[in-house]
Amino acid sequence: MRCARSNRVNDHGSGIEGEQVNDTATNYVTEDGRTIGGVIMEMKNITLRFGGVVAIKDASFDIHEGEIRAIIGPNGAGKSSMLNVINGFYHPQEGEVWFRGEKRPSMKPYEIAEQGIARTFQNIALFHGMTTIENVMTGRQLMMKKNFFWQMLRVGPALDEEVEHRRKCEEIIDFLEIQAIRKTPVGSLPYGLQKRVELARALAMEPKLLLLDEPMAGMNVEEKEDMSRFILDVNEQYGTTIALIEHDMSVVMDLADRVVVLDYGKMLADGTPDEVQKNQAVIDAYLGVEH
Amino acid sequence: MFYREAGQFKATYQEDLQAFPIRQDKIGIGIWLAIAYLYIPFFGIPGLEYGFALNAIMIPVLIFTITTLGLNILVGFTGQISLGTGAFMGVGAYSCYKLTSYFPDANIIVLILASGFVAAAVGALFGLPSLRIKGFYLVVATLAAQFFLEWCFIRIGWLYNFNPSGAIEVPQREVFGVIVTGAAAEPATRYLVVLTILVFLTVIAGNIVRGRIGRSWMMIRDMDIAAELIGVRPLWAKLSAFAVSSYYCGVSGALMVFLWLGAAEVESFDVNHSFLYLFMVILGGLGSITGSYMGAAFIWTFPIILKEVGKRLFDIDPIVMENVSLVAIGVMIVFILIKEPHGLARLWQLIKQKLRIWPFPH
Amino acid sequence: MGDIIYGIFADPFVQMWQMPDFLMQVLWEGFVSGILYALIALGFVLIFKASGIFNFAQGIMVVFSGLTLVGLHALGVPAWLALLLTLATMYVLAYSIERLILRNLVNQPDIILFMATIGLTNILIGMGQWIFGGETKTMITKELFLPSGSSVWEPGGGLVIFQHIDIAAAVIAAALIVGLALFFSKTKVGRALRAVADDHQASLSVGISLNQIWVITWFAAGIVALVTGIMWGARSDVSFSLQIIALKALPVLVLGGFTSVPGAIVGGLIIGIGEKVFEIYWGPLFGSGVEGWFAYVIALVFLLYRPQGLFGEKIIERV
Repeated sequence: MRCARSNRVNDHGSGIEGEQVNDTATNYVTEDGRTIGGVIMEMKNITLRFGGVVAIKDASFDIHEGEIRAIIGPNGAGKSSMLNVINGFYHPQEGEVWFRGEKRPSMKPYEIAEQGIARTFQNIALFHGMTTIENVMTGRQLMMKKNFFWQMLRVGPALDEEVEHRRKCEEIIDFLEIQAIRKTPVGSLPYGLQKRVELARALAMEPKLLLLDEPMAGMNVEEKEDMSRFILDVNEQYGTTIALIEHDMSVVMDLADRVVVLDYGKMLADGTPDEVQKNQAVIDAYLGVEH
Repeated sequence: MFYREAGQFKATYQEDLQAFPIRQDKIGIGIWLAIAYLYIPFFGIPGLEYGFALNAIMIPVLIFTITTLGLNILVGFTGQISLGTGAFMGVGAYSCYKLTSYFPDANIIVLILASGFVAAAVGALFGLPSLRIKGFYLVVATLAAQFFLEWCFIRIGWLYNFNPSGAIEVPQREVFGVIVTGAAAEPATRYLVVLTILVFLTVIAGNIVRGRIGRSWMMIRDMDIAAELIGVRPLWAKLSAFAVSSYYCGVSGALMVFLWLGAAEVESFDVNHSFLYLFMVILGGLGSITGSYMGAAFIWTFPIILKEVGKRLFDIDPIVMENVSLVAIGVMIVFILIKEPHGLARLWQLIKQKLRIWPFPH
Repeated sequence: MGDIIYGIFADPFVQMWQMPDFLMQVLWEGFVSGILYALIALGFVLIFKASGIFNFAQGIMVVFSGLTLVGLHALGVPAWLALLLTLATMYVLAYSIERLILRNLVNQPDIILFMATIGLTNILIGMGQWIFGGETKTMITKELFLPSGSSVWEPGGGLVIFQHIDIAAAVIAAALIVGLALFFSKTKVGRALRAVADDHQASLSVGISLNQIWVITWFAAGIVALVTGIMWGARSDVSFSLQIIALKALPVLVLGGFTSVPGAIVGGLIIGIGEKVFEIYWGPLFGSGVEGWFAYVIALVFLLYRPQGLFGEKIIERV
């Protein structure tokens, strides 16, 4: 797993072996030369309750443009809830979410999508009545504009639009190497491939911020390596900011630029993977739990 | 061997996106259209009396195919169950009746197509609850629509021009000098009008379903939360489904009264009919255009065939066969729901699969 | 315009006040049909609570039970035996439905189950008409020792008529409901049933036999269906149009909550009484026949604003 990133550096030949500047307030450059931009999303004092249960308590952190941010923590720490708050699906009782420099009001899920946030789900949320290519095409929904009349006619502008988006989707399918299963109904695909299709669908939305909910869950080592490679490629080639929840510590160490650690809804640590790994509170929280 | 696709390559995305990308399918459709337009209007169905073939079989089957297409859009493609189909057909029928009462010189075909819009509006209105009510509970909402509209059909005398019997009778109308409605209209004329409208509406349905709107419907059906998170607005998706679906049902209702029955009472639009149309959709295959054709044809002709066979071969009382067909259809519905929710359409796909490799078994 | 407002908000109440005996009559009629709606819904709730299965076929089973009873009697079977045989038939029917159909659709969405029971309705209608003939039948009230005729009450010079069969229906239904309530709370089997309704796994772990419980539940539901069939049939003859009445169990369930026994009763009474009152007092304003859709519109309103019904459990959606 450790090879993933250094391999990539070799592939792209941009190995600037400089110091990583840890000042996260402004742009910084990572050890393999990717420039991380300014703050794209900020969570300020988020508290989320479900009836009497406090899922998240006074959590604050930010996400920079172009970085890969991991949210980790023991089971039940509130990670999925946190992702859902970022996603706009849950609305925190206290605190603010700032996206691209503006305070974000309580929004409907489709408005969130319009803002440029896409996500994958822990328990795959693919459309089982459709094939792979059709699922990926659904990601283009917001970008397809031709009105009802043209849709009835199909020949003409609607078909042209369909072809144009189909071309884009095929690029993504090539990128994620799922060409062979293009016309397969997704319900009959193995778990690992379904996760990849879901990633493809999220990418089809050309999001500014991509949220991945346990993208490696249930995968074997080989599948994890593939998925890690794809996630890194997405970040590098498309410049997409990525926030992910993950249990596998080696994956987190390899992929993430910075990490947030939650436990019982509270923030334990916030920093680079190295910093977080050495943090005593984090070690205590994980004590007895395998990575 | 018959269905081999080998050698048929798609070089552009346009080719891959066609409705019938395989050459054999195109030939098949061509043959069906040829039979439908060139043979049946002149010769009917072989073995059956001409008038019976057209009036009792072909015309109603084609009309109900339109209904089934409409209901399939709602139930099969968008996953919104509806037991209000009968009533929406009624809306179309009564709208057409009023329109032609006010505009007796207008082209009746145009009026039929226009009355669909009234049904679409009513359908969208009664579809509003689907935004809050999901899944099975929508049945109750659509039943409310069904019973309320049925009551309107009786209660609002204006709808049937205050005819004391409460029924509407279709006046004679001509299009370009040919009598299309009323007692004097030829079966062949009515058949060709219905057929053409069906073909036209099928093409449109096929186009919509393969495009962005159809996809949004299917997304709502499969996982509405994920759909919303991708950017689909549930309001638009569901109401458009209700509207388009009701349009088809409305047009089929107007056709049913004007080009087939010649008259109508409230009973033609009751809840039992709503169940019947739902059976057509289920049997044909949820979410399939081809399936809609098969389901409508099967549900309508099966009892007729059973009765004929029972009478001619075994001399059994038709009423008994009627009951047998009720039981048989019920059994088929249950069987399909348990085993193969994609109905006859899937069965046909399996047959095509076999035909691909025939005479080899696998 | 003023007439309409007066008609909606004032006139009906004025009428109620001026003719209290008529109001009582209307309330009584509504009460009786309400109790019977409640019974249909109750059969449904019983099965759902014990096995988690939505048996929408309960309505058609009511009709079928009435038909079987009358049909057997017409063949010359004495009433008491016909009763027992019908009960047995209902049990076998319920059991087969569960085994052959509902068991196979356990994890499907409710829509699929509902459509399957519509198909099942077709089967039972076909079979029923085949075996018993399609004409309307009269319930064998005399042979079952059910009373006929009516009593008259004249409160303060007014006139209220009580059909004896209605009184009998109300009494029997109430007795059945009370009996079931006692059965659930006081007996060992009843307690086991409540345990199963709550948690299948836990019940298994304390040694309750699920199969036995399901057998008893289906039996109870069958009795309820039979009693309902007899009562409905006695009041308005036995025919397949009864299944439309059975559809009304749906709004009752929506109102009361699909999983609640008191909900079924309260829901049934609200719908029964509400329907009648609305029809009699507001009907003339809108036109008669409003009771055909009243129940469904009320249910619609509930679904929009309180989908769990009056007594049901709240549904939370999770991603």
